[in-house]
Amino acid sequence: MTEPISDLLRFATVGSVDDGKSTLIGRLLVDTRQLFDDQLEAVATASAKRGVGDLDLSFVTDGLRAERDQGITIDVAYRYAATPTRKFVIADCPGHVQYTRNMATGASTADVALVVLDATKGLKEQTRRHLCIAALLGVRNVIVAANKMDVAKWDEAVYLAVVEQVNEVSARLGFTSSVVIPVSALAGDNVVDPGFMANWYQGPTVLQALEAAPAGSWASSSSGARLPIQWVLRQHGGGRTYAGMVNGGEFTVGQEVTLMPQGVKTVLKAINGPRGGLEVALPGLSVDFDLTDETDAGRSDMLATAPLPTSTNEFEATICWFSDKPLVDGARLRLKHTTRSTPVRVTGIAGTLDVGTLEVGPASEIVLNDIGLVHLATAEPIVVDDYRDNRVTGSFILIDEVTNATVAAGMIGHANFL
Amino acid sequence: MSTPNHPQIDHLDLLESHAIFIIREVVAECERPVLLFSGGKDSAVLLHLAVKAFAPQKLPFPVMHVDTGHNFPEVLAYRDERVATLGLRLEVASVQEAIDQGRVPDPGPLGMRNQLQTRALLDGIEKHKFDAAFGGARRDEDKARAKERVLSFRGAFGGWDPKSQRPELWQLYQGKVNSGENLRAFPLSDWTELDVWNYIRRENVPLPSIYFAHERPVLKRDNMWLAVGEFIHPQHGEVVERHLVRFRTVGDASCTGAVRSGADTLDAIIAEISVTNVSERGATRADDRFSETAMEDRKREGYF
Repeated sequence: MTEPISDLLRFATVGSVDDGKSTLIGRLLVDTRQLFDDQLEAVATASAKRGVGDLDLSFVTDGLRAERDQGITIDVAYRYAATPTRKFVIADCPGHVQYTRNMATGASTADVALVVLDATKGLKEQTRRHLCIAALLGVRNVIVAANKMDVAKWDEAVYLAVVEQVNEVSARLGFTSSVVIPVSALAGDNVVDPGFMANWYQGPTVLQALEAAPAGSWASSSSGARLPIQWVLRQHGGGRTYAGMVNGGEFTVGQEVTLMPQGVKTVLKAINGPRGGLEVALPGLSVDFDLTDETDAGRSDMLATAPLPTSTNEFEATICWFSDKPLVDGARLRLKHTTRSTPVRVTGIAGTLDVGTLEVGPASEIVLNDIGLVHLATAEPIVVDDYRDNRVTGSFILIDEVTNATVAAGMIGHANFL
Repeated sequence: MSTPNHPQIDHLDLLESHAIFIIREVVAECERPVLLFSGGKDSAVLLHLAVKAFAPQKLPFPVMHVDTGHNFPEVLAYRDERVATLGLRLEVASVQEAIDQGRVPDPGPLGMRNQLQTRALLDGIEKHKFDAAFGGARRDEDKARAKERVLSFRGAFGGWDPKSQRPELWQLYQGKVNSGENLRAFPLSDWTELDVWNYIRRENVPLPSIYFAHERPVLKRDNMWLAVGEFIHPQHGEVVERHLVRFRTVGDASCTGAVRSGADTLDAIIAEISVTNVSERGATRADDRFSETAMEDRKREGYF
């Protein structure tokens, strides 16, 4: 188990269209004074032009013309913010079902999901879909903003109904923590500043919850150390070193490492980091390794320490399907996993997830935005860990061979709730 | 996690390593990459990272300067010094040449040329059959850039279609393109202006002198300080003044504004931008002031 740096929290907004995700992020950024004067002025001008009031906070992140004209988020906006205690990378994701692929993009690197829902409407199907995807992607901590409490007249019963729904789904999906905060993003209550409208609520504001959330969980891992080889560097004098970015755990000079899938054991002679020689290579660092023995290692191979990953041609996986064209049994695609690309064939569809009931039912095809369980067979062996153990060596994408479009996100194995 | 043999890694270390990872990934997956080098601070950092990514080998791809013809002489000198010192192969995609050959309309000797850069860039990419172009763009620069993927797929016309971007999950950067298409790769996507400056200080990345405070003749136009010189002359009642200024970005000399500043060291610059109220592009770029979605519109046409 490795613990990455904790002063940086990556979070993604999650939830259905129109429940107020972008408005909440706009409120968070404005009230923590992350916006420059000219940026705030530009938001005011754009709001006035469209007759949507003095300051439409959603325009802070909804920066595309179509987004502002239609009043929806189409693609993820990445924003960077810092408070005295912490840095944040914010992925403000779209809620619309049509753009689920973009939500998955934003959530794939998140430590925490900030779920925004309309408290007067409760947990919609689209919110449940997003929660499922966030859970599958490995998010364990959720902060739920029960938004539009001003519309609900700050009625505690409305809030408690949301808490009950969240707790039920949270237990099923295996979230380890889920705090529910009554919020009005529009008025700013309980976002950065505490709200005075809900005297029955004693918990944290959204910002306090974000500052307290465990950071770095994205990169935490229970596998051994892994170095997918990206590139072979020729050294002066004829030697070779093997370059890549470390994940899963740390490597130490003098340690025995295994070259996969060859299964050849050797010893790590030296580590070069971006700033020179290192004794230890931590996850997230780009390094190159000098090995004691001559090997035929190259791009797509992997250096690993125990517990070793599995080299396999056939495996079970969970996928989110992003293409209008359904995926059928026998389909041929290309798979990219770490630094290896290889042809892949679907050898079986085990079922798809009903996001309403959270049950997996039989299916003959997987359609747009479905979550499915599949069996895949690759032309070349790939070196994998279960996604639950390592998000880097457990993830892959599927690519259309003709258009080169990315048509699916895949995870080795399946979550406990499936 | 800090012990003698176990050095702490910080935010900048992770940004640096991630950028190096992206650069190596694109070079491994694409046939003919190029690095777009303007001489600005972001492309200076990008070049520094690219050199690190392949050391001790030489950079395995050329750099390209999209030259509007409206250059600060200090920046051209800096470009040539970097090319010579690092032994780079330099291609120049010239807006002046595009004007002379009639590929783009001539905006006149004092006209703004940022719009024309797009055509020179696309022609340069096509001429050399580049399938991937590294750029130093950051997501904190502009609201449209905040939406763009690290690997931004561009079709046969080089345009960005923000409604149909490829999903980009985890650390899986997918750089496959068909013939005639290309990618823009932005390894500094997650860096902020402050990150870039802190990194420049940590690594001693050389920069053109105009980033540091110096005295020069300037005039105020559209609420921006423009450097009086070959491309900017006073018009109707504009007054030339001498001020201590520096540049926060480096672009076309006819539309890049200076800021009044006495910051002549990296420490002073970092202290200054840590407390500023105005964004980098808001302070210094006339080309972003045309319309609400100026950057998005340019990107749709094939801009960086």
